[in-house]
Amino acid sequence: MRGTMALRIGCGSAWWGDRISPAKMLAEKGNLDYLCFETMAEATISAAQVKKRADPSFPGYDTWLDDRLEAALPACLKNKTKIISNQGWINPDGAAERVVYWLRKLGKKGITVASVNGSLISDRVLAITDRVTETGKPTSTLAESLVSAEVYLGAKPIVESLHAGAEIVITGRVADPTLFAAPMMFEFGWDESDIERLGQGYGIGHLLECGAQVTGGYFIDPGFKDVKNPWDLGLPIAEVESDGSAIITKLEGTGGVVDERTVKEQLLYEVHDPSNYITPDVVVDFSQVDIESAGENRIRVSNIRGKPKTDSLKVSLGCKEGYIGEDMFFYAGEGALNRAKIAKKILEERFKIVELKAEEIRIDLLGLNAIHGAMTPAEIDAPYEVAVRVAARTKTRDEALKVGREVDGMAVSGVGMTGKRVPHQERVREIIGVYSSLVNREVISPSVNFFKS
Amino acid sequence: MIAVKLKHLAHCRSGDKGNTSNIAVIAYSPELFGPLKDQLTAEKFKDWYRGVVNGDVTRYMVEKISALNFVCENALGGGVSRSLCLDNYGKSLSSRILSYPIEVDTSLISSLINYPSQTK
Repeated sequence: MRGTMALRIGCGSAWWGDRISPAKMLAEKGNLDYLCFETMAEATISAAQVKKRADPSFPGYDTWLDDRLEAALPACLKNKTKIISNQGWINPDGAAERVVYWLRKLGKKGITVASVNGSLISDRVLAITDRVTETGKPTSTLAESLVSAEVYLGAKPIVESLHAGAEIVITGRVADPTLFAAPMMFEFGWDESDIERLGQGYGIGHLLECGAQVTGGYFIDPGFKDVKNPWDLGLPIAEVESDGSAIITKLEGTGGVVDERTVKEQLLYEVHDPSNYITPDVVVDFSQVDIESAGENRIRVSNIRGKPKTDSLKVSLGCKEGYIGEDMFFYAGEGALNRAKIAKKILEERFKIVELKAEEIRIDLLGLNAIHGAMTPAEIDAPYEVAVRVAARTKTRDEALKVGREVDGMAVSGVGMTGKRVPHQERVREIIGVYSSLVNREVISPSVNFFKS
Repeated sequence: MIAVKLKHLAHCRSGDKGNTSNIAVIAYSPELFGPLKDQLTAEKFKDWYRGVVNGDVTRYMVEKISALNFVCENALGGGVSRSLCLDNYGKSLSSRILSYPIEVDTSLISSLINYPSQTK
């Protein structure tokens, strides 16, 4: 155990597509004990399963794994920074083996890498779950369309990996804040019954898991919320005390800001009831939180509470739900909006002619009301430029293809002065609908495999 | 009392889970939180998002950080992956509340953020 010294934990990515160079800087200059990578969204596992079926050579882990390792691994090894990462997706063992490959390439022998398995439950999910949270129907009603199911694991297997000497831990699906709470549990020796500290630790993990969203990303609103050097946003660091309270800060010398506003916004991000934020290991209670300045770009966060964990774990079920076809074309200058409106009418009529079978069709005027839709105020001046954006959700790929084909028709058989792209981009995509359910935690048994470089 | 846009009192952020969007509205200071929590009820919030938020709206309050959290069901066009909206995560949804009119006592004008009369 580390005694009273603050633990320095950094966040190297907030999602799959996150920028990589800030993670390199953080690994090099952050003086970190742990660097954690969060790379998944709700549909990541199911999308990886679909990709794997279409392309058996796809290894099933984060497609940016090599790039992130190349950027951060050398500095992590030099600075004795351990890595906790959910880049394993549907193949944590394969990702761990790839880490070993990189370690050997860097000339580092004898380093232990752990992989956390047991999250994937596709083969038995219908037997061990009851109802779909969103619809209230039995999960068995999803049998036909089910692609993949995974349970959100807690910190235990990561803590076990660290106890066994792993310096790098690669997981499949765990709850996002778990990646950050696990090293706190290991370093400070908290056990599962230590609810107050777990609540704090998980709360701090929640603040870190979205990376730059707590350091000035997803935040700027000129005149109201301005941020210095936003092109150079630094990634966040938590200096965690043994009671789980922490200073949230960012890498020194970087752009961005950590202040009460950024921390409050992130505290409530994707949270429903702030008194009952459910995680696999504790129910976090943010209602009494104290958020105070402790210097420039330093915010002290304390008094996050914990309540006993629930009997169940969250399950995500990814299901095939057809296709979306979409495309857009453009108008500008005098009368742009009028031309866009007649173009919309032409498309609506042509979809009838080609008998487009769609569950939903949406034709938006981008620049006018495409984003806020029906709640857009009526009293808006005509925009100078408008894009007509059309999308339809269909059962089959052939139906979805009709959307792009009719947009092609707008080139020579449409409205005057239509700007149009050559259709080189993919205009049909498959939908993986995500549902959730609960599973009794007793029937879930994670396992850990170890690899050595 | 004068009516001012909410953007002068509070900032906001939206997050997604499935077909549910949560929109946090956070006062810039505790004194600005008063009119916000008194006037921005779940019902009025839902009305302001009519046509986009099609389910229930639940309002949670975190007095400690002067924040209201509006949890809006059936707000993301069937869910992130099914939605036909370009902004399928609803990341821009929170901006709609910035124009909501809030009545404030004239004594609070000096506390408002980026309010035109302050810059004259």
